Amino acid sequence: MPGPPLLPNVTPGVRMTASPKKPQQTSLYAEHCKVQPRRVDGRFRTLKWIATGILLTIFFLGPWLRWSRGAGVPDQAILLDLAGRRGYFFSIEIWPQEVYYLTGILILGAVGLFLATSLWGRLWCGFTCIQTVFTDLFQWIEYRTEGDRSKRLSLDSGPWTSEKFTRKTIKIVLWLVVSFLTSATFLLYFSDAFVTTMELLHGSASSSFYSALFLIMASTFLLAGFAREQVCIYMCPWPRFQAAMVDEDSLIVTYEGWRGEPRGTHKRGQLFENRGHCIDCTMCVQVCPTGVDIRNGSQLACIGCALCIDACDQVMDKIGLPRGLISYDSSYNLAARGKGTATRRRPIRPRTLMYTGVLLLVVAVMGGTLVTRSRLEVDVLHERSPLYVTMSNGATRNGYTIKVLNMSREDQVYTLRTEGLPQASVDIIGYTATAATTVELPVKGDSVGTFRVYVTVPRGQLVNKTQELRFVLTEQRSGRSDSFPSIFAGSGE
Amino acid sequence: MAMAERDPVSGKNTTGHEWDGIKELNSPLPRWWVIVFYLTVAWAVGYWIAYPSWPTLHTYAKGVLGYTSRGEVAQDIAKAKLAQAGWMAKLKTATVEQINTNPELREYAMAGGAVAFRENCAPCHQQGGAGAYGFPRLAADRWIWGGALAQIQTTITHGSRWAADPETHRMDMPRFGDDKVLNEDQISKVADYVVALYKAPDTANTLPGKAIFAEHCVACHGEKGVGNTEVGAPSLKTAVWLYSGTKEGIMAQVHSPKMGVMPAWGAKLDEAVIKELTVYVHSLGGGR
Repeated sequence: MPGPPLLPNVTPGVRMTASPKKPQQTSLYAEHCKVQPRRVDGRFRTLKWIATGILLTIFFLGPWLRWSRGAGVPDQAILLDLAGRRGYFFSIEIWPQEVYYLTGILILGAVGLFLATSLWGRLWCGFTCIQTVFTDLFQWIEYRTEGDRSKRLSLDSGPWTSEKFTRKTIKIVLWLVVSFLTSATFLLYFSDAFVTTMELLHGSASSSFYSALFLIMASTFLLAGFAREQVCIYMCPWPRFQAAMVDEDSLIVTYEGWRGEPRGTHKRGQLFENRGHCIDCTMCVQVCPTGVDIRNGSQLACIGCALCIDACDQVMDKIGLPRGLISYDSSYNLAARGKGTATRRRPIRPRTLMYTGVLLLVVAVMGGTLVTRSRLEVDVLHERSPLYVTMSNGATRNGYTIKVLNMSREDQVYTLRTEGLPQASVDIIGYTATAATTVELPVKGDSVGTFRVYVTVPRGQLVNKTQELRFVLTEQRSGRSDSFPSIFAGSGE
Repeated sequence: MAMAERDPVSGKNTTGHEWDGIKELNSPLPRWWVIVFYLTVAWAVGYWIAYPSWPTLHTYAKGVLGYTSRGEVAQDIAKAKLAQAGWMAKLKTATVEQINTNPELREYAMAGGAVAFRENCAPCHQQGGAGAYGFPRLAADRWIWGGALAQIQTTITHGSRWAADPETHRMDMPRFGDDKVLNEDQISKVADYVVALYKAPDTANTLPGKAIFAEHCVACHGEKGVGNTEVGAPSLKTAVWLYSGTKEGIMAQVHSPKMGVMPAWGAKLDEAVIKELTVYVHSLGGGR
């Protein structure tokens, strides 16, 4: 095939002469450069503090909230009781077989994220993601102990003085304390907060508790202290596909290139004629927690925290130019302003309508099932070994294991009867004295009652080898009835 | 094999391997990875020393910790036994009636009894006490030696026709045909009568076998054929049969009776386990 080789070493003999360039080391990995964000104040920084404050308050106070549920039931408002196999959220109690509510919450979270992203871009990443919140907290500690960006840079490049050692040690210790509190708080959502804290203080908690404590503490420490923006850039899948939710009307952090370029340094008193408004002060890059240059346009590593807007606005104020060289706006408006045409705000678009529709649907389905869900569930298991028993008087008896799940908090008594075989009688060995047409089943509140029920049909009543039989369970207090299908087997004679 | 050479583009050495002109760059693993690999090797060596590992000709290296998986199981069993000890002691002192009426004890006994039943009883009596030809159906209400709790306990403890146990149920049915007590015609007539006892009780009284039955069978099986658990004579007025309820089956049993044997479990099982079994068997549906 004619044409020059794509790589100089493809054709032997040519490579040394055709490639006079010095060989260079190439790596498949991006060089890691520690991001040292500068501190900045402004509208978005304030918003970020508010979001961080609210979220951390909820997280750290959550396990301590109490909610009275009566005797014998945990009084923690939010509790995932793994050992007791119950989930509690204020007045809502979830049993293991209702775990699809948790799935529903995940779906709500996902669709909510899609909606928020199509409206406001990476609001989640920039303000509310756990990685962002804890990184912010850790960076604040770093700021208080080691100072701002320039101080930290010189501290890092300087020799190990006693001051450097002291500052770094204090920072690490504080990070560890926060990691410990975070990990411990997280675990308190899975067991009673007060009891577990006392166990922790006495050193008498289980070894699995301590290992979980250590793991979560270590991951908090590493992810928020050191991995930071690399979590967002390399580990998190969300930035990879969030672009699919963003369109030209979604709000994103934008650099108005039409106004800023050509950029260049600026001396006091110089006029802004025949040049762009960007004075290349790099403040937007210095304050960025992920170290990106927003002037290169919307990009994967930009988490949309908008701190560069605060930084740029301050600079624009100083040099007497209008704010908004970097702004939180849609890419449509960015182009419109560049062309001098009208800007627009379109929150109602097909995709936002669709996401809202799905969101409302899931909320309605979940809310509906939650409000109307039955607090009684019955499992009927027809015994198979033996399938049926012929009694000495010729009657046929079938055994059933009936599990009554009383998910209400009150003790209940249920009346059990059968439908489908008129002559059938019901009894429970060791519980009822004689066979009768109905039998009472008492079940304590918040528990499962298991009964081995025998149904007997006199000789000559059965036509087929199996016939339908329905168990009807009536809650005595409310009079509410539910029926559960099963079969009745016999010899068919 | 070709020698390793330096690649001019990347500046790295090749491995020296070449396939159809394609050479492979030597990209060593990161150092930390290699260190972790050597650490796992060191760990493995430590493991050989600490735990049983290498086979030798006739045995194996035991390891300095003296660990065996058998020993671990034994420890677990001992732990479980210790946890059960309190319950077992309670079962030992209580009577089966007390166990059956105390909900807590009964729940424990039922769980233990179910396991013991599967291990010891199900091979003959089948799962759930369904029974089989020649092996009594425990789920039904026809009992040879009685279906009250105490009677079941006695039968399990001492068995039936179990030579080694002096208190075992010993009563045998006479061999009416083999010992020439009844001739074939008489056996046929009495079998007709027994079949009718359950299937056609109204006509039974008119049958010629009634007199034979009254003479030879009533002593054990009772006047109306309802049986007598004291002597292990089963009810004949029933739909449930140990062998066969047909005329041929009854004739065969009268002629040369089959008599099943059940081991005396008292010699093998703990007293508390037998009480568990008693409560469980009683609950299978035939208990009286």
